Amino acid sequence: MDPTTRTAAELAAGIHSGELSSVEVTRSHLERIAKVDSEINAFLHVETEGALATAEKVDADIAAGRRPASPLAGVPLGLKDVLTTKGIPTTCGSRTLEGWIPPYDATVTRKLREADVVVLGKTNMDEFAMGSSTENSAYGPTRNPWDTTRVPGGSSGGSAAALAAFQAPVTVGTDTGGSVRQPGALTGTVGVKPTYGGVSRYGLVAFSSSLDQAGPCARTVLDAALLHEVIGGHDPMDSTSLNAPVPPVVEAARRGASGDLRGLRVGVVTELGGEGYQPGVLRSFAAAVDTLRELGAEVAEVSCPNFEYALSAYYLIAPSECSSNLARFDAMRYGLRVADDGTNGADDVMSLSREAGFGAEVKRRIIIGTYALSAGYYDAYYGSAQKVRSLVTRDFDAAYDQVDVLVSPTAPTTAFRVGERVDDPMSMYRADLCTIPTNLAGTAAMSVPSGLSDEDGLPVGLQIMAPALADDRMYEVGAAYERARDAAAGGALADRIPEL
Amino acid sequence: MTTKTETMDYDEVLERFDPVLGLEVHVELSTRTKMFCGCPNAFGGEPNTHVCPTCLGLPGALPVVNGSAVESAIRIGLGLNCEIAGWCRFARKNYFYPDMPKNFQTSQYDEPIAFDGYLDVELGDGETVRVGIERAHMEEDTGKSLHVGGATGRIHGADYSLLDYNRAGVPLIEIVTKPITGAGRRAPEVARAYVTALRDLLRAMGVSDVRMDQGSLRCDANVSLSPKGDEAFGTRSETKNVNSLRSVERAVRYEMTRQATLLSRGERVVQETRHFQEADGTTSAGRPKETSEDYRYFPEPDLVPIAPSSAWVEELRSTLPELPWERRRRIQQEWQLTDEELRDLVNTGAADVVAATVDAGAPVDDARSWWVQFLTEQANSRGVDLADLPVTPAQVARVIALISEGTLTNKLGREVVLGVLAGEGDPDEVIASRGLEVVSDDSALTAAIDEALAAQPDVVEKIRGGKVQAAGAIVGAVMKATQGQADAKRVRELILQRCGAE
Repeated sequence: MDPTTRTAAELAAGIHSGELSSVEVTRSHLERIAKVDSEINAFLHVETEGALATAEKVDADIAAGRRPASPLAGVPLGLKDVLTTKGIPTTCGSRTLEGWIPPYDATVTRKLREADVVVLGKTNMDEFAMGSSTENSAYGPTRNPWDTTRVPGGSSGGSAAALAAFQAPVTVGTDTGGSVRQPGALTGTVGVKPTYGGVSRYGLVAFSSSLDQAGPCARTVLDAALLHEVIGGHDPMDSTSLNAPVPPVVEAARRGASGDLRGLRVGVVTELGGEGYQPGVLRSFAAAVDTLRELGAEVAEVSCPNFEYALSAYYLIAPSECSSNLARFDAMRYGLRVADDGTNGADDVMSLSREAGFGAEVKRRIIIGTYALSAGYYDAYYGSAQKVRSLVTRDFDAAYDQVDVLVSPTAPTTAFRVGERVDDPMSMYRADLCTIPTNLAGTAAMSVPSGLSDEDGLPVGLQIMAPALADDRMYEVGAAYERARDAAAGGALADRIPEL
Repeated sequence: MTTKTETMDYDEVLERFDPVLGLEVHVELSTRTKMFCGCPNAFGGEPNTHVCPTCLGLPGALPVVNGSAVESAIRIGLGLNCEIAGWCRFARKNYFYPDMPKNFQTSQYDEPIAFDGYLDVELGDGETVRVGIERAHMEEDTGKSLHVGGATGRIHGADYSLLDYNRAGVPLIEIVTKPITGAGRRAPEVARAYVTALRDLLRAMGVSDVRMDQGSLRCDANVSLSPKGDEAFGTRSETKNVNSLRSVERAVRYEMTRQATLLSRGERVVQETRHFQEADGTTSAGRPKETSEDYRYFPEPDLVPIAPSSAWVEELRSTLPELPWERRRRIQQEWQLTDEELRDLVNTGAADVVAATVDAGAPVDDARSWWVQFLTEQANSRGVDLADLPVTPAQVARVIALISEGTLTNKLGREVVLGVLAGEGDPDEVIASRGLEVVSDDSALTAAIDEALAAQPDVVEKIRGGKVQAAGAIVGAVMKATQGQADAKRVRELILQRCGAE
């Protein structure tokens, strides 16, 4: 059987029992990347030698009877190009970091290395994680394996597409306003935004510090859980990292697979649906809610009135933080430097390098954020947005008093066509309508495929949200739902991805 | 066009205007590591060797607050009689400058860790002025730029610039006074006395090495004038580059005169940053601040808020070391000094160093005479304040101890201290490297004595004849031959012995 179609859990079991070799598994994924990535463009860098070296080490360990370093030892993975990798280029999808080789590993990278996970390479993304389609990458858009005329969502579009194109069984993405979940929905894969502080941000090149969170992407809920436990946990290098144990997500995913959700209270968020949503998405969502009910869950409708303002608040907070975070790209220490021909002063070299290095969307957000933080506007914009943020958090608190998890569609539509929304930022921003509230509140959420939309045959995502540090709860629900969905459809959704 | 500037007489300035001062002092804390990373916090070093991803602002790197810097900040706040915030945050101050790695400075804005305090400052004549403290907040230092080429040494006009980030991220405390009004004629003196008192306080608390010459204590002086009797403050200038206590006083006085001259001619004072020129005591225009820079402050999202518990604050309060004014009260009693004697000691800047030398084990009289005489001469000849001499009270105490045990003579002791001042290390290192120990080995001395005796047989005759005081000539010859490293008393004993005149 082709190793690229198997799950990470299956590959790990095979490798650790000696039945499969990590080198073979790694090679087949590298070959798959070589075969399909000219079409998909999910990878910005492929680390062939490093990947094979890790795989060889794992095979040698297993042959020598040593315990694998982690449950995912020897399993290949793609890493979003926003996490630093010592000795391996990190571009953040931007021209400004072309050729930059970080001298240090992100904590996520370090944990993956320590776990002997095989890092295949760095995945494509919207520049500095700003975008919902991966069209904002300076290195060309990533295509959706379900239909290569369509986008895979973003900003972690490369990480999601790599899963759907069977280039990797697991990947790491980052989610600031939905950047893991929305691509998961659009590619029919699982994407998780852990509780803020659950995964270290050290070495995650910041877009919006108070919202950014790295999370696992996979084709199954269990695979996501296995990766979550490898990358999660407290990190003294990140002062916003939570000093709490990683919620037992693997155990929860396994328990959920038994398919019993009796006693679970599920809230359907009134404000996340209805007008402006694609009818096929709403039908898929309604069917998913029925499935949860059939599994024994009690379903109720819950209102979160302030979610209405979440998108606006997000597009003030995130650009504000971004305008400050991206100030460091000034050509003085690293990155693209232009106009340094002896005729320009430092100020001009800085401006001209930033002009040349950043794409249009990044510039737009820097300008919005700079404006929102300006004297005289701060209270009206950044200040008001922070108040909305508190109100959204309160809505969640009130909702979780009534129910255990909340559900909604992950995105209002299925995958849109490449180029369709590039000139209409507002319609692009609306792709994150359902995912943003969770980032504002710092709570947890995941997207699990809920099948295909009946009108266009494209994947739809079910968003399951849980309170802070109750990540395990959504894994249990997600795994139960996934099993029921596959049973009803007569097989895994991934089996229906068209041949490339 | 050259117009000779007629500057106004100081008395006239005061007849017509009231000065208002605001002093901002930046203090580099002497913590082991930097404010937000584990890099060593050390002055100097090869450029860009005390750096890491965090203090270089590399993409993805994050800050973590240095707990001992917070502790020092709270101690400083307590020493300045401030309220300590029960909850406060860092904020980002956004502006572009090449020596600032992230192009924002992590600082504190509207939530300083300490606020609303005061410092009582004693002037030369014993009068005490209470200076209000607006706030003391934590922040990080920037790197250093060296602008090469160009006339001014500033970035404009330079051919190129070199950047050293060793200082980037060094913990700073910025202490801001409330407006100091009503000082009148004595405003320059009050400014100097305030910085002096603050420096003494910080040194006593051991939180900084407070070296103005090395930039670990930096003062920006804001000066404005109001027409006599007018309550409203005038337009202020902010003078930077004020690198000594004397400069603080000179800069304030110069600015008062300069502004008064402008105002009396019907011109206006421009709100701007000015640079103090050490050479002629003037200030020159720097960056105009007319369009006040918008720093776009917002709470630093990479750091969690700081919430010092009241138990911790009280523990720090109860473990504050003896503060300078307490120490002065104590030494006055213990050394039985009159108010005037104490004030002389304080005014020469010697009180604290003498006390610290005594604390390090030296007798009071020795400690006083070393600091008030020899070291004061050294400070004056170098144009620095006594306390800024690169010798510590402990080092002085060590020299005094070595003299009293006979290892050094007074003369050698002074030479050892000169070695310390020259940066040759601790007294014992200077003694070893310069070979300064008293020659106490009798056999080495007898050779020199015999030579001297053989050279002056007539003197030997006199000694043998009972004229013991004639031995002085031989002692002198021996001391010369041993380059002063012999113990003269012992030499004399040996001479008398060899001449059989004991």
